[in-house]
Amino acid sequence: MRLETRKLLDKAFSGLGLISIAVMAIALLLILTPIVWRGSKAFIFKGTIEHRRVMLELFDRGNPEKFNQESADAAAARAPVYQMMEAFEAEMKAMDRKKRKEYKAPFREVENALEELLGPMPGQRTPVLLRQRYGQTRWDRALVKLHETLYSEEWDYSNADAMGVLVEKPRVDFFTGTELEPLFQYLEDYLPEMMQPKTTFYYQFITDKSKDSHIFGGIWPEVLGTIYLTIGAMIFAIPMGVIAAIYLCEYAKEGRIISFIRICISTLAGVPSIVFGLFGLAFFLNTIQVSDSKSVLAGSLTLSLLILPTIIRSSEEAILAVPRAYKEASLGLGASRWHTVLTVILPAAMPGILTGIVISMGRAAGETAPIIFTAAVSVGAPLKIWETLSQPTPALPWNIYNLCTEHEAVDEIRHVQYGMVFTLVAIVLLLNLAAILMRARISKKLRG
Amino acid sequence: MSEEITMKKIDTFAEHGDGNQPHETHLSIRDFSLFYGDFEAVRKVNMDIPKKMVTAMIGPSGCGKSTLLRSINRMNDLIPSTSAAGEINFEGHNIYARNIDVVTLRARVGMVFQKPNVFPKSIFDNVAYGPRLQGMRNKQELSEIVEQSLRQAAIWDEVKDRLQANALGMSGGQQQRLCIARALAIKPEILLMDEPTSALDPKATALIEDLIGELRQNYTIVIVTHNMQQAARVSDLTAFMYEGVLVEFGKTKQLFTNPANPQTENYITGRFG
Ligand SMILES: Nc1ncnc2c1ncn2[C@@H]1O[C@H](COP(=O)(O)OP(=O)(O)O)[C@@H](O)[C@H]1O
Ligand SMILES: [Mg+2]
Repeated sequence: MRLETRKLLDKAFSGLGLISIAVMAIALLLILTPIVWRGSKAFIFKGTIEHRRVMLELFDRGNPEKFNQESADAAAARAPVYQMMEAFEAEMKAMDRKKRKEYKAPFREVENALEELLGPMPGQRTPVLLRQRYGQTRWDRALVKLHETLYSEEWDYSNADAMGVLVEKPRVDFFTGTELEPLFQYLEDYLPEMMQPKTTFYYQFITDKSKDSHIFGGIWPEVLGTIYLTIGAMIFAIPMGVIAAIYLCEYAKEGRIISFIRICISTLAGVPSIVFGLFGLAFFLNTIQVSDSKSVLAGSLTLSLLILPTIIRSSEEAILAVPRAYKEASLGLGASRWHTVLTVILPAAMPGILTGIVISMGRAAGETAPIIFTAAVSVGAPLKIWETLSQPTPALPWNIYNLCTEHEAVDEIRHVQYGMVFTLVAIVLLLNLAAILMRARISKKLRG
Repeated sequence: MSEEITMKKIDTFAEHGDGNQPHETHLSIRDFSLFYGDFEAVRKVNMDIPKKMVTAMIGPSGCGKSTLLRSINRMNDLIPSTSAAGEINFEGHNIYARNIDVVTLRARVGMVFQKPNVFPKSIFDNVAYGPRLQGMRNKQELSEIVEQSLRQAAIWDEVKDRLQANALGMSGGQQQRLCIARALAIKPEILLMDEPTSALDPKATALIEDLIGELRQNYTIVIVTHNMQQAARVSDLTAFMYEGVLVEFGKTKQLFTNPANPQTENYITGRFG
């Protein structure tokens, strides 16, 4: 090959490498930016007076005096709203039956929208559902609800050949000339006074229990469940995996059976995770019945099977990479085989083994399919340690899926979803970062 | 005539190498063969290695020196598909007999390898590895034996201030002396060395050769080397091997100045190998 051609090829090759790295970096950025941006809104947002009311009443957090002061201000700003409504009700009473009937339903709609925005009316009985006892806790949601109060939505089907068209009609048009007419302008003008928005740093989002299936509060049961499942999977997978790797590298005699075992391990690594989930259900729950219902224990066992091949393989590679000379030195000094493994081979292989372990920890934390049938439920309290043996738990990956497919008020709690995604990604990234740091530290120590 | 030629090449002999008094046999190798699969790397070797003397093994590369040396502490067991025939008697016991505990054997026969193979641990832990293995836990005793071994290996002065430093930070020559110290710490009776200086510079080599001269007072040493000058400088007895066969074995000075076998003579005079 001519020199120029070779140079050109070299350049082309490094160019391609750079491009692929750039593409990867951009992809990572495109994925991570929205996760971080939206996820951070679960923690930092404009919270209304209602958020602080929730915090005070449900979580016993905040300064009651300051809250009462703010609450009084908000109540003062809200008072004209309720006065106007009372005045309109009186006006309605004075109307003839037909007209009253005409106004009744639209007024009811306004009332409902206002209850969602501001919380229950003064003097109303405490509603049964927790979510109805408070107004909007987040300013962005308050603006949405305000819009719903100001405009009614109707579908226009006049063109029979096309799909219906959504038409927004200002409600004020309906009430022109009544006592209620000024209400709408007032709401638009005085919403901040009524809601008292304030930038809020709600870092307890991670450690708070959720109230009324995630309408209020945080994601602690999910976070804790994920931690339990991950640690549980590690408790089973690490000893099994490392011991298996030691056996395969140091003790097993190469032969048909060992090749067969190796093939099995490789195959296991490629099995889809949902299959592990079904296996976990069939074996751990139905056959050997480690617990009466889904449980953290069953989920951990299933996850440990999922990550076992990864741990075995990375440990095997790490052990095989330990220089033969170390082994010879140790045996030459009269060490037995297992002593050599414990004191020389394992310490030297530790960086590689740890990396494998932490990477599979990330995997175990993020897997959904294996825990669907074996461990996860959508709503639950944080578990005590001993309860993990028999109780199911919410967990981040499953609940992310569950919130966006099955929650009855998906739109109200988008921030919780993103907060969960953010937390899960953060946990996995932190684990990987820890792996890198740990690896660097140990190999530095080994290198001297 | 042959004497002239050899004398040109070899100018120094071990100072200690001419005691005529008979020496007790420490290892007696009888009809010993070692196979890698079907390949007979060591062929029916007979050899008596005397106590507290330095025995050198020379011969061209691939002639089976290392294999024979590693047979003495059964390091070849680590390689799958090896098999041995014949006997190696160590104080009257055949080490290839069924009831021999390899671990104890290796504790009595220390080994220093071609490439320094210190553990990635502190200098102290490297030397203390063997004693700890034998159940020594007392800190005081351990420190004593570590110091003693490092002194014996002539490296104490260089490392006494940094015993806790990682051994991989030392120079090659220092690492090799540390390996010797580590082997000495298990108080072996025999010390096997497989080309211990081939990875070292001349200065470090000289240090190790001096060390061997010191150690011969207390240990039986078997050293493999492909450097004939080295064999002449350090050993009392020399064995010449060729293609797995022990061709000639005798007093070093005699083997180099007046070899009995023409093959030996050819090798020493540099006509082959
Ligand atoms: N692990 C092994 N497997 C098979 N053959 C080997 C092995 N080690 C050494 N040999 C062969 O045995 C012969 C002797 O090797 P060795 O003892 O290392 O020679 P030397 O140390 O004298 O250079 C050589 O022919 C070599 O190829
Ligand atoms: Mg060799």
